[in-house]
Amino acid sequence: MITFKNVTKRYDNSTIAVDNLSLEAPKGKITIFVGPSGCGKTTSLRMINRLITPSSGTIMLDGQPTEAIDLARLRRKIGYVIQHAGLFPHLTVVQNIATTARLIGIAKKQALGIASELIERVGLDRTFANRYPWQLSGGQQQRVGVARALASDPEFMLMDEPFSAVDPVVRHQLQEEFLRLQRDIGKTIIMVTHDIDEALKLGDQVAVLRTGGILAQIASPQELLSKPADAFVADFVGRDRGYRYLGFVDATSSLAVAAEPAAPLGTEPSTARALTRDRWILVTNAAAQPMGWVDLDQQTGPIRESDLNLSGTLASQSGNLRQVLDAALSAPSGRGVIVGTSGALLGSVRLAEIVTAIESAKAVGMGARS
Amino acid sequence: MISWITNPQHWTGSDAIPLLIGQHLAYSAVALAIAVLIGFPIGLYVGHTRRGVVMVAGTANALRALPSLGLIVLLVILFGPVFASDLAFLIPCVIVLVLLAVPPIMTNTYAGIAAVDPAAVDAARGMGYSSLGVLLHVELPCALPLIFSGLRSATLQVISTATIAAYVSLGGLGRLIIDGLAQRDYFEMVAGAVLVGALTLVVDLLIALASRFTLSRGLMR
Repeated sequence: MITFKNVTKRYDNSTIAVDNLSLEAPKGKITIFVGPSGCGKTTSLRMINRLITPSSGTIMLDGQPTEAIDLARLRRKIGYVIQHAGLFPHLTVVQNIATTARLIGIAKKQALGIASELIERVGLDRTFANRYPWQLSGGQQQRVGVARALASDPEFMLMDEPFSAVDPVVRHQLQEEFLRLQRDIGKTIIMVTHDIDEALKLGDQVAVLRTGGILAQIASPQELLSKPADAFVADFVGRDRGYRYLGFVDATSSLAVAAEPAAPLGTEPSTARALTRDRWILVTNAAAQPMGWVDLDQQTGPIRESDLNLSGTLASQSGNLRQVLDAALSAPSGRGVIVGTSGALLGSVRLAEIVTAIESAKAVGMGARS
Repeated sequence: MISWITNPQHWTGSDAIPLLIGQHLAYSAVALAIAVLIGFPIGLYVGHTRRGVVMVAGTANALRALPSLGLIVLLVILFGPVFASDLAFLIPCVIVLVLLAVPPIMTNTYAGIAAVDPAAVDAARGMGYSSLGVLLHVELPCALPLIFSGLRSATLQVISTATIAAYVSLGGLGRLIIDGLAQRDYFEMVAGAVLVGALTLVVDLLIALASRFTLSRGLMR
């Protein structure tokens, strides 16, 4: 657990970067600091491993004040991941990762062993081991940065905008893999981001800071969306917070999935029409995975791949109401396609049923807590 | 000119070519060693702490503006009464060469350290490297390419300027140029100039090879 107790950072010219911050980052959870630039989120993060010294107040690791710990030992206990990875350009990938293990006194050979295992753990191929940082893409560098922080197996991790410097597709990938990794390792993590979507997606707990380093609200993502503390938080969380809240409501319990007929490529329109209820037929491949919809009113001749309407998104069986609603809204038939873990078709859900599920979720979820 | 160099008479005696090359290299090596001892630590300190940047740049520029020939004559006049023997000439000569070599070594060391990716330095500090650890494990290895190039340009300047040793009655390949001029033996002069040029190129090549084998492949692209 990382605890901030009345922590203030004031600079010489009396500007206040962080103003009397008190909060707790619980063990094994991800706490996110989010806010506009100048809100003191990075300053707060860097005060934890004392790259910046607090003007007053105390930061504690598992109840132990950080001033009481030797500076080098303190930093070696805490994994540190930064925006542009900050890899050492003169060292190979495996040597880079091994540095933190070497710092806590692990022998060179053993440290390199730990490092090569971590390469795969963060989703890189082992062939990357002997490459140099300049030979890697931004996303790959960031994976190495995370692996380097993990090589000393620290209890705590500080991450300063770790996924901001990569393109949206890679960012999404890194975020998913990071969540998967965290499920295994369960570190106590504090991450800084300016991206509220990232905060809501990754955080078990989100601290919203406002300009001047004042804590506006600290809460779970659901609570931030359903009960923003004030106008600043509401505005920062965004306009479509009603819709985004659905991302935290489990869909499986409240929805009944109806059977959805499907046809393979090459089906004659007359055969397809006999299967389906309206003019739209879902086409699946040999593994029963949905490929797209076909409008039978327009179709002449057997269904070819080029006839497919690909606009519909897919919702996973274990997904949330936001995904299901989006699947229904985006499907030309108005039926949201639900797939199992392997991607195979399970059935579909109609828009009307989803709206009913949302209404009951609001009655139970948001109503009960207010 | 070639026949002058290959003439066996010029390979023996007090003015033998190998002897002159040896003297030339000795002056240069002593001056470079002293210049490294001065310029390298100052460059490391200023690059690592960012203190005294303005002073280093100013000093380096001032030193570059010094006229070597004028300075050596001045120093010989000053030191002449103080030292007996050849030291009265040797010390001024080495001082002039040191002053020539310090700026490239010092500024390149500083610039190399200052140019290290700030993210890598921040990561190193955050990971728990001590201040000296950051310098030795991250900043210095990353700065080596620029440090080597500073050393190379210092070496080039020192070897080509070491000809002035002969101007104040010392040895070295400058002897051929000075003596050749005095005796109007233009072949001797040209031979001297060509030998100095060849020596410079050979030493430069050796340093280039040395840096090739010491530098991390991660720094060369």
